[in-house]
Amino acid sequence: MKRIYMDNNATTAVRPEVLEAMLPFYREQFGNPSSVHWAGRAVAGAVEKAREQVARLINCSPAEVVFLSCGSEGDNMAIKGTADALRDKGNHIITTAVEHPAVLETCKFMEKQGYRVTYLPVDRDGMLDLGELEAAITDQTILISVMWANNETGNLYPIEEIGAIARKYKVRFHTDAVQAVGKVPVDVQKANVDLLVLSGHKLGAPKGVGAIYIRRGTKMTPLLHGGHQERNRRAGTHNVAALVGLGLACELAGAEMDATMARVRRLREKLEQGIMNVIPDVKLNGHPTQRLPNTLNISFAYIEGESLLLNFDMKGVAASSGSACTSGSLEPSHVMGAMCVEVTLAHSSTRFSLGRDNTEEDVDYVLEILPPIVQRLREMSPLYNCKEPLSCEECNIVRRI
Amino acid sequence: MYSDKVMDHFSNPRNVGEIENADGIGEVGNASCGDIMKIFLKVENNVIKDIKFKTFGCGAAIATSSMVTEMAMGKTIDEAMELTNAAVAEALDGLPTQKMHCSNLAADALHEAIKNYKEKHG
Repeated sequence: MKRIYMDNNATTAVRPEVLEAMLPFYREQFGNPSSVHWAGRAVAGAVEKAREQVARLINCSPAEVVFLSCGSEGDNMAIKGTADALRDKGNHIITTAVEHPAVLETCKFMEKQGYRVTYLPVDRDGMLDLGELEAAITDQTILISVMWANNETGNLYPIEEIGAIARKYKVRFHTDAVQAVGKVPVDVQKANVDLLVLSGHKLGAPKGVGAIYIRRGTKMTPLLHGGHQERNRRAGTHNVAALVGLGLACELAGAEMDATMARVRRLREKLEQGIMNVIPDVKLNGHPTQRLPNTLNISFAYIEGESLLLNFDMKGVAASSGSACTSGSLEPSHVMGAMCVEVTLAHSSTRFSLGRDNTEEDVDYVLEILPPIVQRLREMSPLYNCKEPLSCEECNIVRRI
Repeated sequence: MYSDKVMDHFSNPRNVGEIENADGIGEVGNASCGDIMKIFLKVENNVIKDIKFKTFGCGAAIATSSMVTEMAMGKTIDEAMELTNAAVAEALDGLPTQKMHCSNLAADALHEAIKNYKEKHG
């Protein structure tokens, strides 16, 4: 059966060239880059080369790149490391209601430690009000944290403008750019960010590797204490093979970004238009234009997300959803909630995140199998074509799309 | 994640639909937790002659709804009242632990429908 992967925001395949580049570091080049002998020297250069490749993609100096294990570690380090380093300056953090749990849960943890956190709301398109952000800044504010791109909707946030505001008030600015790096141009100089986090497995590198950009002069308390790796900023033996993979993946992503972005955007548009033109009672979740080129989040009224995904899976298509059943909790996605998406629509939100491996045939196939799946589930649903109003008020709202 | 039986009931659900002038209608769940199950009954001489369901929910929700209609068809009202959510899950060769709680409401929907029938028919 044909297998179509449209869940690239969840993770991506390791690119063949990346895997090839990594293998020697699992074989003969196994040394610890911190060692002074031949085994260490052989690989130390590889780590530094990877550092340069990452730095080039985001436009910073290699000395400002710190390697770590994943995006979540980076977000934890950015927030906790800032809070500790700037504890004499203040105890207020500003972030948004649509951040990844790596940021939100860390902020909730900081609240338990006595910090005050402002979670900026978003509008129905999932966008921020910069006036509100500016108004929230106080003399106790030590960090603004806003993601570059949202993983569920693909929304792109005005990082440059936020960076300008942060600069104006001399507040540190962190961005979780995990979904953006490798997909769209990310320039830390232009954006005025102080801290930026990226993750390897979102751009064709292996899982288990990421990096944080720390602007020169930004005081940080490390998250991991121990050895002297990363100039005492992050302890732990380097995952050399994975870092080499990350470096090459960044280089490749940078080189082909324009072409890949254009192609993937075209495929996404075809999928989006195809769905919206053929299936009634659907809702786009996210900003109509300010989105990553690869992401489409769409709700199908009257049906639930996991049952949709299961049907897709049976036909070989991998996508994801914001429904409670897929999140493992009893509530649908917090991003849908923040956008005030009506609850049954939130439960049916489906995310297609395309990647460089997707083809026009993939999109055509999905457009072919989707309408009958949706129709079948709708016919099974008590919310569809109801002759009498249902008992709970929320169910009435869903008909007024 | 799901057993073969669950996948079967999910892919080929039995007794989907509504019954016009049903003798009993029961509904459980709510939109906010993502599961709504509605059961329709046709009862003759205290026996469930026909039973249909409509469900908004995940794979487990649809499968349990389908299974409960299969289990209840042809049973007396009293026998059907004895069916439990646990029995439905067992008939499906089990459900993942996280699904046992929220999506396993089909027997409750059946019981609501029976209660509704009893109210309407004394």
